[in-house]
Amino acid sequence: MAGNAWRSTVSHVMGAIKTQSPLPRTFSRGIQTVTLIPGDGIGPEISTAVMKIFEAAKAPIQWEERNVTAIKGPGGRWMIPPEAKESMNKNKIGLKGPLKTPIAAGHPSMNLLLRKTFDLYANVRPCVSIEGFKTPYTDVDLVTIRENTEGEYSGIEHLIVDGVVQSIKLITEEASRRIAEYAFEYARNNQRTSVTAVHKANIMRMSDGLFLRKCREVAENYKDVKFTEMYLDTVCLNMVQDPSHFDVLVMPNLYGDILSDLCAGLIGGLGVTPSGNIGANGVAIFESVHGTAPDIAGKDLANPTALLLSAVMMLRHMGLHGHAKKIETACFDTIRDEKVLTKDLGGNAKCSEFTADICRRVQDMD
Amino acid sequence: YRSPPPAKYGGRHTVTLIPGDGIGPELLNHVRELFRFCCVPVDFEVVRVDSSASSEDDINNAVTAIKRNGVALKGNIETNHNLPPSHNPGTICFDLYANVMHCQSLPGVPTRHKDIDVIIIRENTEGEYSSLEHENVPGVVESLKIITRVNSLRIAEYAFNLAREKGRRKVTAVHKANIMKLGDGLFLQCCKEVAAGYPDITFDKMIVDNTTMQLVSKPQQFDVMVMPNLYGNVVSNVCAGLVGGPGLVPGVNYGKDYAVFETATRNTGKNIANKNIANPTATLLASCLMLDHLKLRAYAKMIRKAVLKTLSETQLQTADLGGQGTTSEVAHSIMQEIQRGGPRTSEQI
Repeated sequence: MAGNAWRSTVSHVMGAIKTQSPLPRTFSRGIQTVTLIPGDGIGPEISTAVMKIFEAAKAPIQWEERNVTAIKGPGGRWMIPPEAKESMNKNKIGLKGPLKTPIAAGHPSMNLLLRKTFDLYANVRPCVSIEGFKTPYTDVDLVTIRENTEGEYSGIEHLIVDGVVQSIKLITEEASRRIAEYAFEYARNNQRTSVTAVHKANIMRMSDGLFLRKCREVAENYKDVKFTEMYLDTVCLNMVQDPSHFDVLVMPNLYGDILSDLCAGLIGGLGVTPSGNIGANGVAIFESVHGTAPDIAGKDLANPTALLLSAVMMLRHMGLHGHAKKIETACFDTIRDEKVLTKDLGGNAKCSEFTADICRRVQDMD
Repeated sequence: YRSPPPAKYGGRHTVTLIPGDGIGPELLNHVRELFRFCCVPVDFEVVRVDSSASSEDDINNAVTAIKRNGVALKGNIETNHNLPPSHNPGTICFDLYANVMHCQSLPGVPTRHKDIDVIIIRENTEGEYSSLEHENVPGVVESLKIITRVNSLRIAEYAFNLAREKGRRKVTAVHKANIMKLGDGLFLQCCKEVAAGYPDITFDKMIVDNTTMQLVSKPQQFDVMVMPNLYGNVVSNVCAGLVGGPGLVPGVNYGKDYAVFETATRNTGKNIANKNIANPTATLLASCLMLDHLKLRAYAKMIRKAVLKTLSETQLQTADLGGQGTTSEVAHSIMQEIQRGGPRTSEQI
């Protein structure tokens, strides 16, 4: 076996046991500073849009902009710039736009680097049907919670003999317990009624079996939340027929990747889906998961909805429910009204016009 | 891909029948009744393999029966967690390497998307289903996903050949090679190599998460899809859901010498077993595919036509389609439809 990978896995497991992630703090008083990572492509313009809307809503947020393009640290290892790291560790909360991963840059995917730096172990995507943005599915209201550090994305692969490749899926007790805990906490804090563990333990008995066992154990401590288990294929089958049956879903990495994108597809795609990444030590980075759209960058055509809804998710995480509701309602009202929509939503408006409409609505609400 | 001729004596074929669990037994009974009614020259050899009583001997007997007959029609078998892992005892013994599912929008079935016509070809023997798992350090489990050049080339060859046979224009390989660079990378490489030998067919590739997103918004863009085992499981269930559910889609598992016919999504339906409410369409269509395979095409055509006609009658639709029809009402209606088609003597067929 790959000895080094083993040693680092074991130390990762041991390390994780020692660190306890504290409960999110409430920031209801005073101005809270949030690290803003505008990103590339349409990133800067949608970030500006979000900042404008937050200002109109008088949200108690102060933005600290940082760049996370990877630099080579001492020792030759790629890392995110120290100012960005410091800022995130200080503020704990971040909002991030799309990052491009240049093919021949030499550095690994930026998202991967961020994930490793801040141990972002849970990827959370609430998928709610947006009234006014028609898709064949009208009653979606679910949340996918995906374990984001291990599983099939461990990156451990070997060429056994010529023509035979082995990819290793890693499931650990600690990571499974951690994600299950997060899922139930989330369900409780957000008044969700049930948590469903998605797995394939009939085929992958030991690995998914371990994941499932941990979920069951954690479920014992959350009797107020209903716990069910379902095979991945059954979830897929039922999801496309009637997504209203699902509430909170928790699952290992690969299934989470597939299901979270499937659910995003149900409500209209990555352009309107929010996403949050929860890390150890109270760090949380909310992001839009769409691409950088270089073809429309700088032309005031981008749709800031995904980033805006992620920012709303961020406000809720911080306990600022009033402001979150205000901004979210304004955004949905604008979309429902269908008068000022960006091109991807079926309209002709510019990003600035769309933003201005939301700002107006927010101000009218006061 | 012509398999050696199945067991055929005096003009009658012998096919292994595995009732399985849940709704399998009752639906396969309807198949038998229908075949008797239509005078289909097929005799079923029933082999009981299910989650309750199967020892290794039972499974070995089933394997022998299938080997002898070359063709089997089966219901789904629930996983017995006390037995060693073997998700489909068949696939390993018979090297049923290609799982093929043809997903089509059927007339009269209420769905959100229309005009779907996708053939999904799933590698059925390796990938994530290798059942190789171990726990080297307590609390840390490793599960191995194996991708081989041989099997990837084989399934790609099968896919392109089928596409050509059926006059399809495009084959899309579904993968996650951006993350699993060696494993899915190898799969993709093999597909590309095979594609070079079929210049008349467009070869496309798509990452699995994007694929599911595209499937729920614009499924009409897909033609033939080929993929490794796990993604095949996901994509076939998504597509089955899109065209109306597990009660409608038949699936086939092909090996070089054997073929096993079943419902595409392999659900046991144990909650609705023996209540006369299960939808027999998928099982009946699977039996038609089997008849095609046995070259009894006229029978296949006749039965399929009757099944689809009954399906389009809303008042007869079963609960899974939102109706209140019972399984026996549907079966009865199919028989009436066939009778209306004229006398079924062997001369005519």
